Amino acid sequence: MSDQPLTLPGYPSRTGYPPGMRAFRTPSMVLRQVKPASDARADPTPMRWAIIGITIAFLTLFVVIPLINVFAQAFSKGLEAYVAAIGNADALAAIKLTLIVAAISVGLNLVFGIVAAWAITKYEFAGKSLLITVMDLPFSVSPVIAGLVFVLLFGAQGYLGPWLQAHDITVIFALPGIVLATVFVTFPFVARELIPLMREQGTLEEEAALSLGASGLRTFFKVTLPNVKWALLYGVLLCNARAMGEFGAVSVVSGHVRGETNTMPLHVEILYNEYQFMAAFAVASLLALLALVTLVAKVMLEGRAAKE
Amino acid sequence: MKIALHEVTRRFGAFTALDNVNLDIHSGELVALLGPSGSGKTTLLRIIAGLDWPDQGEVHFDGEDALSRSVGERNVGFVFQNYALFRHMTVFENVAFGLRARPRRLRPTEAAIRARVNQLLELVQLGPLGQRLPNQLSGGQRQRIALARALAIEPRILLLDEPFGALDAKVRKELRRWLRQLHEEIHVTSVFVTHDQEEALELADRVVVLAKGRVQQIGTPEEVYEQPQSAFVHHFIGESLSVPVTINAGGVHFAGRRLDLDPHGLSDGEASLFIRPYEVTVVPESGGAMLDGVVKRVHGFGPARRLEIALREGDREHFIEVSAPRHEAIGIGQHVGLRPRAYRLFASTADRTQGA
Repeated sequence: MSDQPLTLPGYPSRTGYPPGMRAFRTPSMVLRQVKPASDARADPTPMRWAIIGITIAFLTLFVVIPLINVFAQAFSKGLEAYVAAIGNADALAAIKLTLIVAAISVGLNLVFGIVAAWAITKYEFAGKSLLITVMDLPFSVSPVIAGLVFVLLFGAQGYLGPWLQAHDITVIFALPGIVLATVFVTFPFVARELIPLMREQGTLEEEAALSLGASGLRTFFKVTLPNVKWALLYGVLLCNARAMGEFGAVSVVSGHVRGETNTMPLHVEILYNEYQFMAAFAVASLLALLALVTLVAKVMLEGRAAKE
Repeated sequence: MKIALHEVTRRFGAFTALDNVNLDIHSGELVALLGPSGSGKTTLLRIIAGLDWPDQGEVHFDGEDALSRSVGERNVGFVFQNYALFRHMTVFENVAFGLRARPRRLRPTEAAIRARVNQLLELVQLGPLGQRLPNQLSGGQRQRIALARALAIEPRILLLDEPFGALDAKVRKELRRWLRQLHEEIHVTSVFVTHDQEEALELADRVVVLAKGRVQQIGTPEEVYEQPQSAFVHHFIGESLSVPVTINAGGVHFAGRRLDLDPHGLSDGEASLFIRPYEVTVVPESGGAMLDGVVKRVHGFGPARRLEIALREGDREHFIEVSAPRHEAIGIGQHVGLRPRAYRLFASTADRTQGA
């Protein structure tokens, strides 16, 4: 015989109630759970709604409405005017320059970021904590200063200016200067995404690969890189968004030569200052679109990373 | 493959992880490096593997200098403590990694790689799991994959760092037996690190006991257990009772009384008396030339009944636990005498070898 309680119909169960009785008692208990008379843990309902309401209202007022307004203004004179504004030669030049600058800076920072993260997480050396601090400098320094630093270094009056002029190299008010400033402000993105992850993963898998006879390069491409690929993509994404959107540092080094050294953010400002509001918003809408695409991609990447 | 370590020293800053270690491991042997945490056993294993380098000393494989070779060139299979499986690769690719990493002219064909990996997966009894990812496996399965991956490169030496450390007791016992069997089949020189004496004594041909970066004793499990050469080894391996005693004028003294024990030629001074708990007879009378004490607690019953006895030395009490005699009724508070059938004495200042 099993030691299950004996519950023949019509006989009391071991709890002392006939089997049907328990079903009868249940509803009142359920009701009590659903409607607590007063629960000390929860904030009063009006308070909760007020806090949620304030958050939503704030976000709507300061983020959602302005964003919608960008597109509303851009299309205020119709699709044709919008296409014409973007198809303008100066606008196209600005878009092209922005893409070139972003491609170079992201490429450089991809390599720098991996190298820096590798150095910090896989090796022990003196001055490591100083290096980590310095790496965050672009986050804490105003972009204008970043621009000025390069002007002081490479500009006509700068330390290296005369030498550069003698060799007919232009850095400031040209593409190299814009790239330098952009690389400076976007440097931390890739490294900062990689460092915590690589630190958490440690070096055991790399050691395992090496002990199995793999070369350093093979270990990097087959073991290290696949392990950090989502974080790396995420870092690249943020880096790219910032590279395309950077205004302050680029503004200082660019010289605002129309059709030559104007990136999209600078072009938006010039158009705006010339009271060409619709055209300004049209170009701005492209940047806003970039932001939205970045946001969607970020959410997707986070989903993928969480799954693995 | 014979491994010889000669005067190996490794420091991390001010901490000396290995202090002048000499060790010979014979070909085909299964050797355990046993010691408490911080004893340097993992550092020693990593130095043999080529994942760490000594500050001084030499490492030879079959007489060849191993230190001039990188970890990849030494052809050692290393099984990491937490397995370190490649998390984004399938089990199959994990095992195949070492074969695929070979330079082109030494690399087997794809068909040969498949055959070899499948054979290894069979060997570790995980044939059907080739397409799983490591995080879909249990701890014991991961352990066996890590072993298969290490064996894939046909290593001359197999090194295992706490191979069973992260597993629960039951799986650990099974795997231990399985690893011993495997070693008998493939007979590759193997060294494993453990802090678990039971594991070391059951699995290894020889045990190297390490403490504070030094080799304390090297011997078969039987030797280190039956003939410990220092107080540390006696204490660390197997159960021990120890009582501080003084050697004076050819006698062993405890709490100012001379005991009817022979000092085994130990010179005068402070010493420790070590006894295995099952080698002591508890008698109901006390006093005279016997160690004696008061029963404080009784646990268990029947043959497993044990007594906790307090030995008084001035105002200090030493607690020891011994098996209770079968046919004597002994209760809490009773004065009893302790008569060791076998014992060892170690001088307190130095780890000198003296014993019965």
